[in-house]
Amino acid sequence: MTRRLSLSILALTAMTTLAGVAHATSTLDTVKQRGVLQCGVETSLPGFGIPDDKGNWTGLDVDTCRAVATAVFGDPTKVKFVPLTPKDRFTALQSGEIDMLSRDTTWTQSRQSAQGLLFTGVNYYDGQGFMVRKSLGITSALKLNGASICVQQGSTSEQNLADYFQTHHMTFKPVNFDNADAIIKAYDSGRCDALTTDASGLASERLKLGNPADHIILPEIISKEPLGPSVRKGDDQWFDIVQWSLFAMIDAEELGVTQANVDTMMKSTNPAIKRLLGVQGDYGKTMGLTNDWAYNIIKKVGNYGEVFERNVGEGSPLKLKRGLNQLWNKGGIMYAPPLD
Amino acid sequence: MRGFAAQSLLVLALGLVVASATLEAHEKMLARHMPLGFGFWHQTAGFDIEQALIPFAASSSTYGTAFLVGLLNTLLVAALGIALATILGFVIGIARLSRNFVVARLSAAYVEMFRNIPLLLQLLFWYNAILRPLPAPRQSLHLPLGAVLNNRGLMLPGPHVAPGAWPVALALVLGLVLGLGLLGAARRAKRLTGVSSGLGWWGLALAIALPTGAFMVFGPPLHFTMPQLQGFNYVHGVSLYPELIALLLGLSLYTAAFIAEIVRAGIQSVAKGQREAAAALGLSPALILRLIVVPQALRVIIPPLTNQYLNLTKNSTLAVAIGYPDLAQVFMGTVLNQTGAAVQIVFITMGVYLAISLFTALAMNLWNQRAALHER
Repeated sequence: MTRRLSLSILALTAMTTLAGVAHATSTLDTVKQRGVLQCGVETSLPGFGIPDDKGNWTGLDVDTCRAVATAVFGDPTKVKFVPLTPKDRFTALQSGEIDMLSRDTTWTQSRQSAQGLLFTGVNYYDGQGFMVRKSLGITSALKLNGASICVQQGSTSEQNLADYFQTHHMTFKPVNFDNADAIIKAYDSGRCDALTTDASGLASERLKLGNPADHIILPEIISKEPLGPSVRKGDDQWFDIVQWSLFAMIDAEELGVTQANVDTMMKSTNPAIKRLLGVQGDYGKTMGLTNDWAYNIIKKVGNYGEVFERNVGEGSPLKLKRGLNQLWNKGGIMYAPPLD
Repeated sequence: MRGFAAQSLLVLALGLVVASATLEAHEKMLARHMPLGFGFWHQTAGFDIEQALIPFAASSSTYGTAFLVGLLNTLLVAALGIALATILGFVIGIARLSRNFVVARLSAAYVEMFRNIPLLLQLLFWYNAILRPLPAPRQSLHLPLGAVLNNRGLMLPGPHVAPGAWPVALALVLGLVLGLGLLGAARRAKRLTGVSSGLGWWGLALAIALPTGAFMVFGPPLHFTMPQLQGFNYVHGVSLYPELIALLLGLSLYTAAFIAEIVRAGIQSVAKGQREAAAALGLSPALILRLIVVPQALRVIIPPLTNQYLNLTKNSTLAVAIGYPDLAQVFMGTVLNQTGAAVQIVFITMGVYLAISLFTALAMNLWNQRAALHER
């Protein structure tokens, strides 16, 4: 009896000690040791993050993950995509289940200050809108008083919706689900009069409906939704890597460096391009990477404009306009700081 | 003595493990900048909930109120589910023992089908089976008594307290008390003298006459507002949302299959000889069931029935799949996501389900004690 008891006490003590040991290595080391980046993405949002029938992921957010994997490993395939619902995403990041989150997540003060995450930048400037059936004959969100509205749980959309109706002295009946597919199904079956989410999401969800042409997106944009990748607080080096992987893509577009011409651009005399592609300086090394980190991203994933067009722009079924997401010097607000 | 020392050592070791785990969690949460404490409880929620049994508004209600709304929705579906599952389970369990071949086979088929399909699939099936065929609000089906059915749910006339409420309620209580008193007196008299006094009938008459009289004098206790189509939806009524109906259907049909088996086993556990002996004494089949079979069967039925009640309550968390705003959906879903206080919220939720389960078990154990065999 006593022997078994002392054994179990020993086991318990060993367990607690072991639990105490496993911390305090940098995220970059963890990722390198594992040999693969774990990136939290959408479950199925065409254009942003969705797997095809063979399990190949595509999307703007997915390519943001690939850019980081390429910066670290020089190989865009070294990513394990972890599909997450909005309500699970922050817990997954906080608990270390994923190394970064790239899942059309809105940058807000409360998420950053109270929930322990840091947004590294914006890869899509968006705003919340409404989709309704054409047959309702509605042309403005201000006519939605008393409507049942489908909304995704655990998203900023839920709060924006309540704010908007309160501001305009209207009432609504929320119908919420924790995954996007359940919401679009409920909307399709007539459980709700309107569906609300980010405008890009509406365009994407509309494609899932039987006849997309029967539905219209109302003109009102009721919120600011700067969507971007985020990391856990407390690892500045990892923050830098995720932040600059995106900035490198935006800078590349601005400098005219594309997937196709990146090799010839290596011979460019433009100092900004030389710095970006690692011909000059130690910009990669200061982040714990190799100096060709940005070259690899552009070569293997593409610059921001290419990634945009391929996933959500004219080259995709979504056909979204660049709009706010056009570069700052071409009428948009997409802007990345320079390397030097 | 040695046993005592060993046991205290074990308790001490367990305490140490719990304490170090708590410290470790605290340290990790600090390091990851996760919110500590329960400050979120009094913060404004900022989101809306469709089915709220207490007043709830996005602009003024707190996360604490959202917790209560979720809890009440859980209790509502659990209580209704337990009642429905019990009634249906008893009916099907008894039907399985029917001498009528078709009835017995149909009940067996019901049991085998419902208990062998995963509950989550059944819930999704019911939700879609309810939503798909129902018409939009403008093409609603109009049912008797002003009820309206559409794909937003079943809208019933909304009850409101009318001036007659207090007198009628008072008369009802008075009538019941007097009636039951007279009934008791009549029974006592019959036991003592063997003669029916007729007092019981007077009691019944009183129990009916008093509230009816009050109704005539003071008017109806409730008045109803009829559901009316206004814009997109019906207003002024009480709505049973499709999510509630689907969850209730799924939970009670599923659990009823298990309860039916428990009831069948309970009845079959009563030895055949008992019935035969009762019949030999000249008791009628109804009296045999009431005096001999049911009391003994209950001893076998109650303990596993408790398990089913607990299962039903815990299974109600599958509400998440069909968007019913129960405690898990509202509190562990939206509130957790908005506040980020994952550890606190998960612990509170676990504590609440534990408390509900323990309370259910306690109530059932008290009933079991009454039904159990009292050895002298």
